[in-house]
Amino acid sequence: MKKIINSTYKWFGERIPLKELIDFISKKGVPIHSYSYWYFFGGICLFLYITQVVTGILLLLYYKPTAESAYESVHFIVANVPFGWLIRSIHSWSANLLIGAIFIHMFSTYFLKAYRPPRELTWITGCLLLYLFLAFGFSGYLLPWNELSFFATKVGTEIVGVLPIIGKPLKIFLRGGEEVSGATLTRFFGFHVAVLPGIVFIILGIHLLLLQIHGMSVPLGMKEEEVKKEPFFPNFFIKELIGWLLITVILVSLSVFFPWPLGKKADPFASAPAGIKPEWYFTFMFLTLKLLPQKVIFIEGEVLGVLIFFIAAIFLLLIPFLDLWSKKEKRNPIFTWIGIFAVLYIIIMTILTYILPGK
Amino acid sequence: MKKGEKMERREFLKKSLDFIIGGSLLGVIFSIFYPIMKFIFPPKLPEAPQFQVKVGNVDDIPLNSGKVFRFGTRPGIIIRKSDGTFVAFSATCTHLGCIVQYRPDLGHIWCACHNGHFDLSGNVLSGPPPSPLEKFNVKIIGNEIYVTRG
Repeated sequence: MKKIINSTYKWFGERIPLKELIDFISKKGVPIHSYSYWYFFGGICLFLYITQVVTGILLLLYYKPTAESAYESVHFIVANVPFGWLIRSIHSWSANLLIGAIFIHMFSTYFLKAYRPPRELTWITGCLLLYLFLAFGFSGYLLPWNELSFFATKVGTEIVGVLPIIGKPLKIFLRGGEEVSGATLTRFFGFHVAVLPGIVFIILGIHLLLLQIHGMSVPLGMKEEEVKKEPFFPNFFIKELIGWLLITVILVSLSVFFPWPLGKKADPFASAPAGIKPEWYFTFMFLTLKLLPQKVIFIEGEVLGVLIFFIAAIFLLLIPFLDLWSKKEKRNPIFTWIGIFAVLYIIIMTILTYILPGK
Repeated sequence: MKKGEKMERREFLKKSLDFIIGGSLLGVIFSIFYPIMKFIFPPKLPEAPQFQVKVGNVDDIPLNSGKVFRFGTRPGIIIRKSDGTFVAFSATCTHLGCIVQYRPDLGHIWCACHNGHFDLSGNVLSGPPPSPLEKFNVKIIGNEIYVTRG
């Protein structure tokens, strides 16, 4: 047996730089300090993404992306296919946990200022991944073709249409026409299973490659050469595996005890039901649009709201180039306060969406 | 003199070549992206403009209630007021395009998505909608209700 393993290793080693790879992994170190636990969230995001890919491929075996049969096919998956309810529930719960984990990962790197040189591109690719996964969530939400997802898509694509100049053509491109219809569903299916995975594959690849090149960032004030490190393999890897195991327990428990509901089939000619709201990770934007008055000075409320979020997304992307103090290993409280404000805003507005009366 | 001429010719040929290669490259890029860009935007399908639709019978809609109906490719809403008269509007909320509903408890139109309220003339009472609902005309012929636009 040992002989077979050795000869296989030798065969592959002559064709792939296996020895160099093993050397790299065995020498790779993870900094140890009081904030080290934040490092686990990147790995958790990766684990949940892999879960999404596997469960997504399984759902593809039965799902039919047309307005006439999408809802019925999801119903068939959850009602007739063995373990269909579990696979679908894990896919939905994992999507939500993934967005949550990405937000935590993003804010932890923000507050630890991990975007300092030379990790600007790691930050930018990370932000792009956040936006791409929000797009994943948005496009996937419509696929069961139920009442809630139908109106969420109607509002979401209408919001895009509010943007100056590019808004209208972009809305038509997303909807596949003037209105949300079966054409939108087919398009969103294409985005969800082909376009977005393709882009994510490239961006995630760059993000992970940059992580290997630069290693993990250390908090402000510490020197990378002086900080104590533990080997990535096996020390950090085993701890990460424990984190993955914990997430699996949470994910499976949620999926089993709170199966994701399917709701009522979408009817493009029915009123929006009371209490309608998008997925939780869009609710802070949803409530902002709801609370903004019709006109703020001379701009329409919704246009202002959309523009503010658009500018915030660009600001987030450009943080490494705006926070000039962090380059000199100095902390500028303005950026810390902006981060605290953003976290509190998202948390408070999300909670308010669920407790404010909708009438 | 001859040498200078040669240099000029070489320069001219080099620039021409740059221009041809650059132009061809632009042509290739354009010929790839133009069809793609045209393809991703759906063609406009000819749609016969609909000016009138039969909504149902008078008895189908009780007093103080509303009904969403199909007007061409878009939804409309007809409301039978407490006094028995009918009003009809476009059911697409002017805020972000949700479909509105009649709230018998409030006696006016409401959009569930962002809490927009409209009175029975279609005007905004409160909430984020920036403009009134488009008003339709209601005709009662015998027992049948017809809604017309324009």
